[in-house]
Amino acid sequence: MAKADFEIPQLNEYPEVPPVVPGTMAHSKPFIAKPEFQEPLNFPGELPDDWHDQAIDAMGDLLGKYRSLQVYLDSCVKCGACTDKCHYYLGTNDPKNMPVGRQDLLRKVYRRYFTFAGKYFPKLVGAEDLTREVLDDWYSYFHQCSQCRRCSVFCPYGIDTAEISMAAREIMDRIGVGQKYCNEIIGKVFRIGNNLGLPEMALADTLEGLEEDVEEETGVAVKYPLDVKGADILLVTPSADFFAEPHVDGLIGYGKVFHEAGVSWTLSSKASEAANFGMFIGSYENMRRVSMRIREAALELGVKRIIFGECGHAWRVAYSFLNTLAGPFDFLDPKYPVPQHILEFTWNEIQKGTLKIDKSGNDDMVVTFHDSCNVARASRMGDEPGGQFKIPRNVIKAVCDNFVDMAPETIHEKTFCCGGGGGLLTDDLMELRVKGAKPRMEALRNVIQEHGVTNMAAICAICKSQFTKVLPYYGMDMEMIVSVHQLVSNAIVLTGQTSEDDDESADDAA
Amino acid sequence: MSFLTIAFAALFYAATILLVVGLVRRIMLYWKTPAPLKIPTTPAPVTQGGVVLRMFREVVFFESLFKSTKWTWLFGWLFHVALFAVLFRHLRYFTDIEWVMNVVAFVSPLFKYLAFAMIIGLLGLWVRRLFVDRVRYISAPSDHLMLLLLLLIGVSGAMTTFVTHTDVVAVKQFFRALMYFNFSEMPNLPTDPFMVVHLLLVALLMIIFPVSKLLHVPGVFFSPTRNQVDNPREQRHIADWARKLEQ
Ligand code: HEM
Ligand code: HEM
Ligand code: SF4
Ligand code: SF4
Repeated sequence: MAKADFEIPQLNEYPEVPPVVPGTMAHSKPFIAKPEFQEPLNFPGELPDDWHDQAIDAMGDLLGKYRSLQVYLDSCVKCGACTDKCHYYLGTNDPKNMPVGRQDLLRKVYRRYFTFAGKYFPKLVGAEDLTREVLDDWYSYFHQCSQCRRCSVFCPYGIDTAEISMAAREIMDRIGVGQKYCNEIIGKVFRIGNNLGLPEMALADTLEGLEEDVEEETGVAVKYPLDVKGADILLVTPSADFFAEPHVDGLIGYGKVFHEAGVSWTLSSKASEAANFGMFIGSYENMRRVSMRIREAALELGVKRIIFGECGHAWRVAYSFLNTLAGPFDFLDPKYPVPQHILEFTWNEIQKGTLKIDKSGNDDMVVTFHDSCNVARASRMGDEPGGQFKIPRNVIKAVCDNFVDMAPETIHEKTFCCGGGGGLLTDDLMELRVKGAKPRMEALRNVIQEHGVTNMAAICAICKSQFTKVLPYYGMDMEMIVSVHQLVSNAIVLTGQTSEDDDESADDAA
Repeated sequence: MSFLTIAFAALFYAATILLVVGLVRRIMLYWKTPAPLKIPTTPAPVTQGGVVLRMFREVVFFESLFKSTKWTWLFGWLFHVALFAVLFRHLRYFTDIEWVMNVVAFVSPLFKYLAFAMIIGLLGLWVRRLFVDRVRYISAPSDHLMLLLLLLIGVSGAMTTFVTHTDVVAVKQFFRALMYFNFSEMPNLPTDPFMVVHLLLVALLMIIFPVSKLLHVPGVFFSPTRNQVDNPREQRHIADWARKLEQ
């Protein structure tokens, strides 16, 4: 087990709702962004003297721009239906991590300054002045929400705490209280093109290395092209896919699928990142700026289609927002949806029969699947509602004989967050990440014990990194997390492939 | 006219104006505020018809609440259904339209008793609010008082119906006179204390409606996570303020 200076939650056989213990996570907060990380995003570097008035102005501005914020701040009846739905509450007992508890941090200020009842009867309706303490609470608890939207599934009005958290982070950014992790990364995307700050040269080297590895292993020259003008498909994938484990095995898989499908494709050094942390900080402007890179890359390269690699929030931004932020995409081939998910592509090829599959490549695994929040509750795949659940499972089952789902209340739209989404995947929030993973870890451990599950597949860069990090805290093997396209890669038999030794690649991957 | 009658006449005019103006302004505000991004909670309907159906299930059956917490659903749904049945029965104080009167008369023998369902629902919700630590934590005084208010309205109404047997004809004439500004024919209100309390609290409810959490009533229809069609790839969705960024 990994060492920790906090208590690691105990996993139970049956989920239980813990009692309220106020303040258990009041100390948790991420590092604040220094001025140098704020300025590239057009946010002030530090808290100005009149921060209070500016914050209220910012709130008023957002209330006028987002119907969600306005309606949700008014409509909550405190029915309590959401109180036991957030993994951070379940893992920490802190009532300010109950979705409505989190909303109320903003709502009490909204009521005080924007509603009749709050202006004249603050005590009665729980309205409060915006003070330094309240701001500190905001900073702490709005960085304990992974914007997973699980609460919005269960709220009778669909109140989405993610919307509230995004607005709160935007307000804080506008008064110079930004979060280092997100804002530094967005700056890197603007400067270099991706979250990890991989420059074009390094990217080209990495891809070349991949080509060599795959050729060595299979005897087939699968290409991983970069900046190829005139290619049909632009693949936009999270930069973790370029080197982190198990992400990179997924990228190898995408390449193999494209190769077998016989399509021409390319990555772009300009849009070498699918992630869009602009969403996490609730900043339309920054999210738009990050998205525009993809449009520009598609135009410059003259592609016909855009396909996204495995990433949760990136797929939300791509599927739900890209057309809004960087559309219209009338210069692309109208035969295909813009954008497409790599799983939509692969599933289509599997159905067409273009891929030769040898499931024995995955015989050493019993696989379960983690629905990533943003894919499950904020987007879709395929033509029908719920395609985002079916297509990944269909693909897994097509390449792997042993598949088991986790408990029904922890999958599909009720899936539990990995604990690291929404811009919280940073070491300064380790305690939160470990505790927030509890409900997922519980469900996973149950299928391990009951069904001998050996691996959990995921389709999100954040989920993969988060699980790799937190599994050991719960006494589980960090290598049990796999990419879905890694499973595809293990099972696919390339035309002209020499070595049949797929087991080896599975071991490498694991 | 008695002082009581005049005071209530004034009170109900004021309450009605505050209710209508307040609600219309809020609804206009929700209407005018753009939803710049597509954020339906998925899986979501891919057609407008599907959205109407989803909203129908939410409003009529409290579908999402049913998925969350069976007890809250049970008491909450009981309360709301009974409330609407009770209010439906109240139509007879405001209208003379024959078929409405007939329908009301037809359902009345049953709907009359739904006052108790409403009270039970409210009590159940309150017990939950008082004894479930999570729900107690999120409750402001106004959340308790709202339940108290509705309970008192319900109990006072039931007292007039089942115990004191208020002169409902006089009540009806009073409200119809109010509605048609026909003051010459306005009778004195009954002085049954339960009726007086009932009407007083109803006026209070009307006044606080647009400034309280009762805004969930228009709010539910404006919730973007529930009322948006899942078709962002097919149809470009953009708000006016966002379009300005493109220039
Ligand atoms: C379109 C009509 C309405 C819908 C869809 C609706 C829906 C809901 C839902 C889903 C809840 C949460 C569950 C619960 O606690 O019952 C709720 C709570 C509540 N509703 Fe409504 N409602 C409607 C109309 C009304 C009206 C007309 C009133 C009062 C005059 C009202 C008063 C309340 C109150 C007081 C609560 C909070 C109950 C508590 O404290 O637990 N609702 N409503
Ligand atoms: C201006 C509005 C209202 C008027 C004039 C009014 C009047 C009355 C009258 C005259 C009765 C007695 C019926 C009888 O003796 O048979 C009554 C009963 C009742 N009222 Fe109201 N009321 C109003 C609004 C409300 C509201 C908003 C509620 C609920 C929140 C409510 C709940 C009840 C209940 C539960 C009963 C007893 C059951 C029944 O007779 O159906 N009333 N009301
Ligand atoms: S969005 Fe997710 S993390 Fe945030 S409050 Fe809701 S359930 Fe919790
Ligand atoms: S479920 Fe919705 S209405 Fe109920 S307390 Fe939570 S946010 Fe408020």
